[in-house]
Amino acid sequence: MSEKKRFRVLVAKPGLDGHDRGAKVISYLLKDIGMDVIYTGLHKSVEEIVSAAVQEDVDVIGLSILTGAHIPITEKLMKQLNDAGAEGIVVTVGGVIPSRDVAKLKALGAKAVFPGGTSFEEIESFFKEGLPGLRQAL
Amino acid sequence: MSGAKYIKEGEKIKEAILESGIKVKTIYTPEDVAHIDYDRDIGNSGEFPFTRGIHPEMFRNRPWTTRQYSGFGSPQETNERFKYLIEHGQTGLNVAFDLPTQMGLDSDDPQAEGEVGRVGMAVDTLRDFETAFEGIKMDSIGSGLTINAVASIMLAMYQAVAEKYGFPLDRISATPQNDILKEMVGRGMWIFPVEPSIKLIGDTIEYSSKWMPRTYPVSICGYHIRESGASPVQEISYAFEIAISYIDHVLERGLNIDDFVGRLSFNLDIYGNLFEQIAKFRAARRLWAKIIKDRYGAEKQRSLQFRMLAGGGGAGLTKQQPENNIVRGAYYALISALSGTQTMALCSYDEAYTIPTPKAALISLMTSHILQEEMGLRDTVDPLGGSYYVESLTDQMEKLIIEEMHKVEEVGGMAEAVASGYVQREVAKLAYQQEKSIQDGTLPKVGVNKYVVEEEEKEVELHEYDPRALDEQVERLNEVRRTRDSRAVERTLKDLETAAKAGDNVMPYLVEAVKAYATVGEMTSVFKEVYGVYNEPSIF
Repeated sequence: MSEKKRFRVLVAKPGLDGHDRGAKVISYLLKDIGMDVIYTGLHKSVEEIVSAAVQEDVDVIGLSILTGAHIPITEKLMKQLNDAGAEGIVVTVGGVIPSRDVAKLKALGAKAVFPGGTSFEEIESFFKEGLPGLRQAL
Repeated sequence: MSGAKYIKEGEKIKEAILESGIKVKTIYTPEDVAHIDYDRDIGNSGEFPFTRGIHPEMFRNRPWTTRQYSGFGSPQETNERFKYLIEHGQTGLNVAFDLPTQMGLDSDDPQAEGEVGRVGMAVDTLRDFETAFEGIKMDSIGSGLTINAVASIMLAMYQAVAEKYGFPLDRISATPQNDILKEMVGRGMWIFPVEPSIKLIGDTIEYSSKWMPRTYPVSICGYHIRESGASPVQEISYAFEIAISYIDHVLERGLNIDDFVGRLSFNLDIYGNLFEQIAKFRAARRLWAKIIKDRYGAEKQRSLQFRMLAGGGGAGLTKQQPENNIVRGAYYALISALSGTQTMALCSYDEAYTIPTPKAALISLMTSHILQEEMGLRDTVDPLGGSYYVESLTDQMEKLIIEEMHKVEEVGGMAEAVASGYVQREVAKLAYQQEKSIQDGTLPKVGVNKYVVEEEEKEVELHEYDPRALDEQVERLNEVRRTRDSRAVERTLKDLETAAKAGDNVMPYLVEAVKAYATVGEMTSVFKEVYGVYNEPSIF
């Protein structure tokens, strides 16, 4: 994989929650730093997210969760990615995430967690510096 | 257009640029208002064009209504909360519904998992409304119903419960939010496609104008559009264009503008620059009166009056040093009062990290009381009227709002602008710009990018979710299913389907289905079957 590869990111909104300001802001940021961005839109089930990710052949799924259900949703997503043979897709989680849950999400397999208030710089650095290594390791 | 920006030379402010792009002058003088004619452009309160307020005596006659958002978990808890707030001087109720209810799902629907009763009250059948409104004087206290896609169903429930408790329909006052276009721009609680969604809103307007004349069938929300990132100018422009799309639809049914437009109200947002917000509300009041008079030829005084809830928004609050939000909330309340609002609601200081605690909600309520009782905000009408700055700014804001409205009309009006994603894109772009401005410090935010105080990290307190709430709600639902007359349910749902297919007003059929204890999910399924579902346009 060359360094020039444009990574494809699926920004995903699982569940019924309708607040997508954050997901849209992050989508713009990721586009600005050179990613190809696909936004799922609202009210998606984990099944729909996994199937979109496989179909669109994405490198990353960025979950945006503000409801407090980030642990069960991430757990379900990781399992279904595995079942779909797509465990190589990098998963990140953003939203209203209590700091005590960051380690739990990482233990579940999330490669980065961006609680509300995370700086653009930190997100950019993950996608530009962390991500290529993670994808090359495959 | 992103955020109030300051260009400085050392400590000196060289330029102050409002979110709307207006450059604020160092001093305003009579010259800045020389073109403004008092009678023509401002007028006394209660007189066209209502710049100073819609009633002659405003708060002297009656203070603004205070309406804190409430509604937690079960209908029983909601009922208790209502009684608590009424006891502490709240004069209007505001019902929050959980997400499954807002999406038209029954509590035992698999998609509702984990969300039943989480952010508001779960409503499956009329039984839940009976519990929530038990002992509430529905003829003297009005209720905001924060519901949109299935607002028609909830309005039918409100009617049915009022009838059950013996309150005449011409005495009750509901304010369902019922603004679907803004759901498609921000907030996201939509179900059906644009056109049938507008049709359902038309049904509620037409029906309530005949049968529930004290109801405000639609509360048009600039609020959530602004919370999603829109500028103050866009907030008003988009709200007006939304209102126009509903009005035009209802006029096509043959109703007279004066029969219904006076019952439309607005729900608007407060955060950001104090003067810009006040000018925004004054400009909105004036422009609305002109639009309804000139564009629609309304004749009744009441039709021209712009009624609003001006509420302190969550987007201005910070997770950092949350106590500072009490101060921000007090200023937002001041803005609301200085803007001549009808109703005030404040986001509580802890909303940046949790669903408001009772204590925080009480502080918001008391903030409003302090303004009314201690600060003299009821003494005189529009105290800022005549200020060179405020009048000049009001004038500029009005012009910018008109310009922005033209942009929407150029892409075919609001229904088209939402269906194509034009508005969503404009708002999301601005949200991104604003976030960038906060991160690079050009949009100052105390405690975030200036005067940052090292503090122990405030742990996000997620509202404890009680899984028993789900069990209890489902149990109640099942009990209703067991005991209701299932043939009546079947018949009323069939009638509803026939009416929806024929394009008839569905309200009378919803009332019958509600009274037969049909579930929200059952009635929504009928609509989904007939109308289909909305597909979000791609904006990236």
